[in-house]
Amino acid sequence: MQTAIDIHSEDGRHGRGAATASLRAENVHKTLGTHPVLRGVSLAAYPHEVISVLGASGSGKSTLLRCLNLLEVPDSGEIWFRDEKLDIRPPIGQNGARIGDARQARRVRASLGMVFQSFNLWPHKTALENVTEGPVHVRGLTRRAATERAENYLRKVGLIERRDHYPRHLSGGQQQRVAIARALAMEPEVLLFDEPTSSLDPELTGEVLRTIRALAEEGRTMILVTHELSFAREVSSRVAFMQGGRIEEEGPPDEVLSRPASAGLRRFLDPAC
Amino acid sequence: MGGFQEQFLRGLETTVLVAAISGTLGMLVGLAGAAAKLSRFRVLRMIADAYTTIVRGVPELLVILLVYFGGTAALTALVGSYVEVSALWAGVFSLTVVFGAYATEIFRGAIQAIPRGQTEAALSIGLAPWQTWLLVILPQMARIALPALCNLWISLLKDTSLISIVGLSDIMRVAVVGAGSMRDPLTFYLAASALYLMLTSVSLLTFRLVERRMLAPLH
Ligand SMILES: Nc1ncnc2c1ncn2[C@@H]1O[C@H](COP(=O)(O)OP(=O)(O)OP(=O)(O)O)[C@@H](O)[C@H]1O
Ligand SMILES: [Mg+2]
Repeated sequence: MQTAIDIHSEDGRHGRGAATASLRAENVHKTLGTHPVLRGVSLAAYPHEVISVLGASGSGKSTLLRCLNLLEVPDSGEIWFRDEKLDIRPPIGQNGARIGDARQARRVRASLGMVFQSFNLWPHKTALENVTEGPVHVRGLTRRAATERAENYLRKVGLIERRDHYPRHLSGGQQQRVAIARALAMEPEVLLFDEPTSSLDPELTGEVLRTIRALAEEGRTMILVTHELSFAREVSSRVAFMQGGRIEEEGPPDEVLSRPASAGLRRFLDPAC
Repeated sequence: MGGFQEQFLRGLETTVLVAAISGTLGMLVGLAGAAAKLSRFRVLRMIADAYTTIVRGVPELLVILLVYFGGTAALTALVGSYVEVSALWAGVFSLTVVFGAYATEIFRGAIQAIPRGQTEAALSIGLAPWQTWLLVILPQMARIALPALCNLWISLLKDTSLISIVGLSDIMRVAVVGAGSMRDPLTFYLAASALYLMLTSVSLLTFRLVERRMLAPLH
């Protein structure tokens, strides 16, 4: 079996010549509690790529995504944002790994939009306020400019007429689209999606997937953790299959999903066999 | 009641003043206490735990007496001659300490009731931790804590009566003095009860209005 790193260096950095990845994880390890969740993961997203991350529950997909924007700090390995290495301090004794440069972490996070499985809209703020907070308090826009920007993105996700509604009064699908608008309003370099439709009723997943597909078609750089296989096949330029804290297999969707090389992915795609 | 109306009025003023100052300061102590309890620094957590355990374990009346006589002893030793601390400030200090201990627990619980994802969403767009506190944690915490804070405020209003024992001229003190001098204790105690009842009723009503306004978006 090839290791994830071997696969990566063949297919990733070297194959793409001098291009710099927008976001890159290099040999990342992370233990949560006593459980080694990530065991040497390398993944790079180049400009305009859509990468889908697949894998069984517990394989470390969310943890990988959370390491990329430092919501979780890797124990070892590197995270690169364009040509900038993120300052990560390894664990010392009882203390876990921590962020070395808080300012850098904030700046990079502002350029990495994250969309969560459970939306995480702020319930005490209207749809519009959820979207304007970032532009006002992180980007330093005036209220007026931020409102204009927020309205644009709410229009884009088809929710401009709900701008003054509180999350409680929106359906799950609408809440997730507001969350997408909130991420977009930061005008991020890369979008990270962690199972954006997993907590939605089947009849509501369509509207969210349509929104994500539109973003993919705009050429946005995205990393998408999903269980929607046919959607992944359709929108991704590359899929990565995770198992046991490693990337087991990685490549173009038609190849990887049609002719899985590893037994793990074969089992994942067709549990019957 | 022979001129006691005016004294009652001044007593009412004192009671409200002491409660308002202790309540405001106690809220700040509670916020700091909750932040300490949830901090990643062990020393801060231990100090905050000791504080709430001790203060909640001692009767309020004793806290007041300890502060009053302890303060007087400390001040006397410091100055070199006998100095008595003011009943008002000893009372404010004691009730702040008591209110702060209970508020610490209320705020800690309220903060822990906020889903982790709320903070993560804030951090993920690049907000600093202090901005996350101000924009996301505190407003949600306030809503959750409001009912318990209302109860705590009512207790505080009534606990101010304990300070009369060290000589504060609050409602209670006026009632006790009046009851002793006028041979009609029941009238004075009924009058005092009516004043406390009025204060607590107004408070309850105010809290209910605030609560309705603040919780509106969540229903
Ligand atoms: N604080 C923790 N302590 C110990 N183990 C943890 C902790 N948090 C998560 N884990 C474990 O880490 C493993 C990987 O979690 P992760 O959320 O990254 O998986 P996932 O691939 O996203 O799964 P899912 O498809 O269910 O979302 C899981 O087995 C989980 O139980
Ligand atoms: Mg997950």
